[in-house]
Formats: sequence, C-alpha cells, structure tokens
Amino acid sequence: MEKIIIEGLYKIFGPHPEKAMRMLNDGHSKDDIMEKTRHGVGVADASFVVNAGEILVVMGLSGSGKSTLVRCINRLIEPTAGKVIVNGEDVTRIGKKELRHFRQKHFGMVFQNFALFPHRSVVRNAEYGLEIQGVDTTKRREAAMQALEQVGLKGWEESMPDQLSGGMQQRVGLARALALDADIMLMDEAFSALDPLIRRDMQDELIDLQEKVQKTIVFISHDLDEAIKLGDRIVLMKDGFIVQQGTAEEILTNPANDYVARFVEGVDMSKVITAETVMKKYEAMAYLSTDGPKAALRKMEKAGISSIFVRKSGKLKGIVTARACRAAADRGEKNLAAILDTDIQTVAPDTPANELFPLLAEEPHPVAVVAEDGHLKGVIVAGSLLAKLSEVTNPENGSDLDAEADSESKITV
Amino acid sequence: MKFPENINIPLDVWVDRAMDWVLNTFGGFFDALGTLILYFMLYIEKFFLWLPWPVLILGVGILSWRVLGSWWSGVSMAAMLFFIGVLGLWELGMMTLSLVVASVIISLAIGIPLGIAMASSNRMQGIIKPLLDGMQTMPSFVYLIPALMLFGLGKVPALFATIIYAVPPVIRLTNVGIREVSASVIEAAHAFGSSYWQILFKVQLPLARPTILVGVNQTTMMALAMVVIASMIGAKGLGLEVLLAINRIEVGRGFEAGLCIVFMAIIIDRITFAMASEKKQ
Ligand SMILES: Nc1ncnc2c1ncn2[C@@H]1O[C@H](COP(=O)(O)OP(=O)(O)O)[C@@H](O)[C@H]1O
Ligand SMILES: [Mg+2]
Repeated sequence: MEKIIIEGLYKIFGPHPEKAMRMLNDGHSKDDIMEKTRHGVGVADASFVVNAGEILVVMGLSGSGKSTLVRCINRLIEPTAGKVIVNGEDVTRIGKKELRHFRQKHFGMVFQNFALFPHRSVVRNAEYGLEIQGVDTTKRREAAMQALEQVGLKGWEESMPDQLSGGMQQRVGLARALALDADIMLMDEAFSALDPLIRRDMQDELIDLQEKVQKTIVFISHDLDEAIKLGDRIVLMKDGFIVQQGTAEEILTNPANDYVARFVEGVDMSKVITAETVMKKYEAMAYLSTDGPKAALRKMEKAGISSIFVRKSGKLKGIVTARACRAAADRGEKNLAAILDTDIQTVAPDTPANELFPLLAEEPHPVAVVAEDGHLKGVIVAGSLLAKLSEVTNPENGSDLDAEADSESKITV
Repeated sequence: MKFPENINIPLDVWVDRAMDWVLNTFGGFFDALGTLILYFMLYIEKFFLWLPWPVLILGVGILSWRVLGSWWSGVSMAAMLFFIGVLGLWELGMMTLSLVVASVIISLAIGIPLGIAMASSNRMQGIIKPLLDGMQTMPSFVYLIPALMLFGLGKVPALFATIIYAVPPVIRLTNVGIREVSASVIEAAHAFGSSYWQILFKVQLPLARPTILVGVNQTTMMALAMVVIASMIGAKGLGLEVLLAINRIEVGRGFEAGLCIVFMAIIIDRITFAMASEKKQ
C-alpha cells in the first residue's frame, strides 16, 4: 500500500522561483540557475512513493537536496510546486492548523544533530509530542517510558540530555519520535553524527525495532553502506533531481548513469547481494507425512543430489541423506522421522552474501533459505553462491569462476 | 560670526503644542493611568512599611545564603540592611525599595512581552531596536520632563520616569535570549506540531530564561540608579535625602543616604545576579 506519494515536487529557495523553475525545465544546471537568478535549487521534479511499512532511504551527496526533500514531506519547508500525498491527503493543500494536527498524528522526526530540548529531562523530551497534543500526564509519561525502554534507555529517564553520549542522545531523539505513535518516521541523517561503531549498533537496532513497530520510514543518508543495510528501497539524488530509485541490488547491478555508477563504486558486493539472489531452486523435496526412505531415495536419484530437504504442512522440518535413507530402507523402516536431521542451517532471504560463506564452510548440507513463515524458498550451495557473485561483480566475464567454485578462499570477504 | 537669527525653526513651540494636544486629547487617560499606578505603588509601599524589619533582614539573609551559596554572604547582606536601620534611614529606605520594586514589576510586565514581540518578527525588531538605542543614549533626567508634564509632581511621574529608564535592558535581553535559542530545536518543536504559543512557553522562554534574568538584573539596577534622579520630581526616599543634602551642603547627611543606596544596590545586584547565573548552569 502506498503511504506517501510524491509527485513533481520542487523546492526553489528565493523570493521569485518562477524564473528558476522555467530555467530548470529548460535543462539549465543548478549552478547555472544560481549564477543567473540567485535562486537555489533544493529539490527538482521529484516523484516517488513510499510504501506502508517499508524503509525508504533517500541517498545523495551533501547538498543534493535530501534534507529539503524530507522537510517538504511535513512542510517544515514549503514546497514550491508539486504534491505530497500522505494517507491519501495532499499535505501541500491543508491549512496551518490542520498541518499542525497532521504533524502530531502522522510524523515522528529524528534529526542529524539530535535537536533535543536541552532544558527537559530525557523522559520529558520523549513525552514532548504527546504533551503538545494535550494528552494527560500519566498517559503520556507511560508512552514515553515505553518508548525509552524500546530504545534501551530504561533508567535514564531523569537525566538531562547533555549528560548523555551522542549515541544515547539520538536514542532519546528516536524515543521522542516513537512515543507519538505516528505512522511515519522521518529520519534526516539520524545516525550520521555518531561514531562508526555506535552507528552500526543503531542501524541494527533500528532494523530490530522496525520489525516490531512496522512504521513507514523515510531515512536520509549520505552513506551507501547505510542505505543498503537499512533500505528496502533507495532513492538516489543529485543536485535536487532523483537520478535513480529501486532496491539496493537494482541500483548496484544496474546503475542508471555514471553518477550512480561512481557512487556505487567500491561497494563490497557480497554485502549487497542477499541469500535470495544467490539461492537456487530446490530440485526436489520430500514430505514427512507421506514419503518413506525409498520414496526419498528415488527423488534424490532423479534429481542427482545426495541429500534432500523434508517438509511437513508447508514448513521445513529437516534434511535426510541418501546414505541414511538406504540404511533405513534396509532396516525396513517406513518413514523418515527416525533418520531426519533437524539440525539444519537456515537463513532469511535478506541475509547478505558475505554472511553465507562461513556457514557454507561449516555446513555439510546445503543452506536452506527460509521465509519468515517457515517455508523453504531455495537452497544455497557454495558453487551457486560464487557463480552468482562473480556474475554480478564482473558482468562481462560472466561465470568464469564456475569451474573453481569450490575454492572459496579465492574470494576475499 | 553670529548664526543668523532668521534661520530658525521653533521646535520648542511645536513640541509644546504637541504636548498640549496630547494632554487635551488623552488627559483623561493619563489621569486614570496615573491613579492606577499610584494605587499600585501605594500598596507596595504600604507593604514594605508594614513589614517588620527583623523579618526583612532575616529574609534577605536567608535568601542570600541560599542563592549565593555561603552563610557568610547571607550574614553580610543582612548586616548591610541592618546598617540602614542603624543610620535611622529604614523608613526612607523602604520607600526607595518600594519604588524600585514597583517599577521593576511594571517594567517586566511591559518589557518581557515587548521582547517576545521583538523576537517574533524582524519588522518589530526593526522598529523597537532604534528606539531602545535612542533611549539608552539619552541622559536619564530627560525622562523627567514628559513624566512631569503627563502626571505632575509626585510618586507617579517618578515611577513613570524610572520605568522608561529601566525597561530597555529587559526588552533587549528577552529578545536576544529568544533569538539565541537554537534553530534546530525550534524546528524539532515545529516538526512535532507545536503551535506558536506552545513553542514560546515550552521551548523559547525556558531556554531564554538565563538571559532574561540577566535583563531583570540590569533593569533592577537601572531602576535603583534612577531613584535619586526621580526624587527631583517628588518621590520620597533615600534619593530625596541625597538631593536635600546636596542643596543644603550637608555632607554627612548626604554621605549616609548615599551609603544606604550603595548597600541596597549591592544587596539587590548580588541576589538577582546570582539567580540569573544559577539558572545558566
Ligand atoms: N534555507 C535555504 N535557503 C537557501 N538555500 C538552501 C536552504 N536550504 C538548503 N538550501 C540549498 O538547497 C540545496 C540542498 O540542500 P539540502 O537539502 O540541505 O541538502 P542535503 O541535505 O542533501 O545535504 C543546497 O544547495 C543548499 O544550499
Ligand atoms: Mg542534509
């Protein structure tokens, strides 16, 4: 479902944007327009959607218009032209008072420099949004406490912001936005001011948190690694324009132009490629309730494999090997339960490829790619992983690596 | 060479006429305003004259000890106040104090809202700022003239002149304090859907408070400095003592009253300044 729809959005800074708009549409560059009209181009003709429950990362170099774009969504910056439709309502058309209510109800915002209220304790920062809405003290305190607990700040409620480290301050910022219970979070370079290690922790925590709260998040970042890690989809900006949008993989494997390609250069592909892209379809599958050792053996022989995954009512249960099946058949057993090896390695579809290598090294069996609901989506064997990786990283010399697929030490992870 | 007499504009006549017009048109208003101010002033004066001296001395001692952070400060502030009584000037001192307190209260009531208005619009700042600059360069007794003309002699014009003289710092520093609040914090408040008043009361004023308190301190000190001058138009108190002593060349008497004013200034300054900087940490 589309939560936010942005259509033909422009922001020109300056008193008379009309001329700048015309020049922009005639293809003049941002610098050119600045020189001739003294008007700054913030955002130019941006159109994209944000789906409910996804993290959309807006990425671009400094000055590319990311902050302007995100502020046009809640109208902290007044757009010059275009539509911003949130939950079916065009935010650019509503009056001042409705806008305030709209912000209270729908937008939680987190800022690069935290922008906490320095005169308020941690918990009073967290409850600010609800206080503004006139929610009574006990209720808002409760919501604030819960939000603080979610971000791991339990016990710090009465501290003042300046007593906290940067990472903790941004947790307060996050809690302040979460306590509102708004459906959309706008995060403008929320982690950019943090140390790399703390930053990585915060990214992980955001992902965990998102699992639970399922907000629609517009996340601004200038860091491609961050965008890849967090973004379900990425919008890439340059000089106010959107140059490409899509999933991380789409952008990385198929850059729309040189700018994107340069941006993308030097990204470790094995971090970007996920289990889902490198898995192959399973050739055969045994069913715990109906197949016995002999049936399983036959399936394996037919597919030319030496072990087979076993499933029951749509869910992956384990694996059996051809050897175990033969032995069981000799003993006259009629089902697979006794020889089923339930200790199998499973990964989620979005597991980065670089995390798969160590698993494959340890694991005698193929690794199963299992969806959240427990059903098997595919399998990964070392050969298919390496082949896929080499294909994506060097499209021209294709599957040269296929032959030496087993020697994984040749690929640096 | 003499300046030609025929190049001359009768500014004095114009001003007189304008003043006459103001008085004729708004005379009733100023009378009513004067009465209001007078009653306010009288109540405050009554209170300070009623207040038993040990209570005030003890109160000031404890307050100083609290805000200045040492018992020694408490004792010395109380001693200074005690000394005013010892010199036989307690009652006059209380009259002066009530003039200061009344004018500070009214100055804050006018100055803080004006400072807020000034901070909320650049146009407002453009209008008020030059006025404040002008007021600050003017010698203080100039304010006595319009005060006299509007309210005649007595406490009311003294109070009026004192307010005009003392109000600029609190206006200026309220404005500065609010404008100093970080733009990103204000932006955050907007992002959460705050209204103008919510931002003012929940964010701007609390964050501007230390700066506003510095303004309060300065306004108080200026009000105190004005009392001697204000006594020229009939406000009773320590200022009048000094004035009389000057007129009659009674050095000792003038010295006593002057010393009391200095003590009062020290006490008020220390306490209000400490309050301002305490909040700053
Ligand atoms: N208030 C403003 N007035 C004028 N120009 C601005 C303003 N804010 C941003 N800009 C300009 O708009 C462009 C995009 O800025 P911004 O959105 O902050 O970029 P980013 O967040 O991607 O670094 C820049 O060229 C910047 O100079
Ligand atoms: Mg930015």
